[in-house]
Amino acid sequence: MTTPGWILMILSVGFVLGLVTFCFYRVLRTPKTTQHMHAPLEINTHDADT
Amino acid sequence: MADDFNGPVESVLPRKGSGEHWGSRIGVILAVAGSAVGLGNFLRFPGLAATNGGGVFMIPYFISMLILGIPICWVEWTMGRYGGARGYNSAPGIFSVLWRRSYGKYFGVLAMLIPVVIYMYYVYIEAWCLSYAIDYARGTMSSIAQGVDSSGEVGRYQAHFNRFVGFGSNGFPKARAMVILGLVFLINFSLIFRGLTKGIETFCKFAMPLLIGFALIILVRVLTLGTPDPAKPEACINNALGFMWNPKPLDGDESIWAALMNPGLWLSASGQIFFSLSVGFGIVLNYASYLREDDDVVLSGLTASATNQFCEVCLGGLITVPVAFLFLGAAQLNKDVLGSTMALGFHALPAVFNRMPAGNVFGAIWFTMLFMAAITSSLSMLQPAIAFLEEGFNLGRRASVTWLGSIVAMGSLIVIYFSKDLLALDTMDFWVGTVCIYVLATIQVITVGWVFGIKNARREVQRGAELRIPGIFWFIIKYVSPLYLLTIFAFWCYNSMPEYFRTITEDLQTEDRNSVLFVLVFLVGIMAFFAVLVYLAGRRWNERETWEHSTEGVSP
Repeated sequence: MTTPGWILMILSVGFVLGLVTFCFYRVLRTPKTTQHMHAPLEINTHDADT
Repeated sequence: MADDFNGPVESVLPRKGSGEHWGSRIGVILAVAGSAVGLGNFLRFPGLAATNGGGVFMIPYFISMLILGIPICWVEWTMGRYGGARGYNSAPGIFSVLWRRSYGKYFGVLAMLIPVVIYMYYVYIEAWCLSYAIDYARGTMSSIAQGVDSSGEVGRYQAHFNRFVGFGSNGFPKARAMVILGLVFLINFSLIFRGLTKGIETFCKFAMPLLIGFALIILVRVLTLGTPDPAKPEACINNALGFMWNPKPLDGDESIWAALMNPGLWLSASGQIFFSLSVGFGIVLNYASYLREDDDVVLSGLTASATNQFCEVCLGGLITVPVAFLFLGAAQLNKDVLGSTMALGFHALPAVFNRMPAGNVFGAIWFTMLFMAAITSSLSMLQPAIAFLEEGFNLGRRASVTWLGSIVAMGSLIVIYFSKDLLALDTMDFWVGTVCIYVLATIQVITVGWVFGIKNARREVQRGAELRIPGIFWFIIKYVSPLYLLTIFAFWCYNSMPEYFRTITEDLQTEDRNSVLFVLVFLVGIMAFFAVLVYLAGRRWNERETWEHSTEGVSP
């Protein structure tokens, strides 16, 4: 393995590892999930219709 | 409030959307990543990089990722969520709301045709992976190369593969392949039938971490192999990584700088990014339509892409070619082996596991991992067409899955029957798995950049976004991505089309040429069938729109 080979491998693997770590950190840190349940308030009862 | 009325008129009109949504954010990310991660990450990418300059390949690869892969990925997520918020989960519906023209919905035909046709042959490749995993688990794979010297092992496994898939002649003699294929169909459809959240999402949340875990086990084993054969000190892990990653000139180039100026290198790298991220397949359009209107698409899309790149660069790039070098040496890893997914995956790697200590165990783990990567992809391929049948014709999931299952089963039987030289598979892959994908991706980028408009797209993307897209990306989406796509497609046509037609017209025997023609007629037939369905669904959608307008403000 030559020095340029090591550099390119470390940069490539490092870039992708950094990107995936950053993304999952942001995703997991902000748990704004779409765990949506159809709560009664979302069901249109037409009460407000005139 | 017409949407909430469930009267007798509405029951015969197409419903707007399925009302299904993803259960969790991590679920949609893993489902999209699972759709993108496939055999290409572990078999195609390493071979392509090793034969295209090694480490040099990564420079155009990452540039293509930034100006082609990620922007188109964001475009697809945005289009899908926009259509979903307006009641459409299928590509024809999504295109119809974006184009606002009667012909717009027909662009969606490609977005259904591509995944459905790819499913027809991909499920067969999936069956090979499962079959190999079973054989390794039973310990029967090593007996195939018994009594053969090291130079003959690859040939013995190649002969085994050819027998298994019926490479020598057309017909249905491949009983074992048929049984395994039936099993794979059963697994796929039992998951698809359970629906988006309970079936696809739940499975991907379990399968994706598991396949990454399996790949990490193999990676640790490969990196700790040292020098497996002390008699061959040159076959050490240091040289194995060098074989994959050392920058080297391409054939005919004098230096690595000349290689970087070679259009062929850029074509290969951008093509790999394009296929690896599954952009232009029509699947992300459908998956993103199940998001809520204010769900983030920027961070989620980037995370799904990054997961795919992790599997490709960090796992595929460090495992496949280095391990093959360690046990087979550079001499056996010629361009024919490295340049072919099938040769590398199903001829060379079995020979590697045959020589590796505890090879049956690692072979079983490897092929199970490939099977899981394949099934998370195949699961996603039918959902776009199922969504269309549901919302276009009011079919329930059971009926949609049954109809579509019959169509893809017919296509898969054609792939198996015309197995000589895998001509049916190659024909479908060439026309649908390559040409149609380029066309659809170009249509999508033009739709967002020029029809929907950058201003609207920018507003739409930023709704609920947890990352801000740098301004330069809008310039890239509008100008650079379409131009880049058209350029690489033109180069690809220039390089591949003459050779393809020469092979069909001059090299193939009459029987083989007829096989190719039969497959082409089948593909045109499927496309026409989908176009007719889109026409009929479009009429029903218009009827619904008319009915909705006429009942606006009328309380039931």
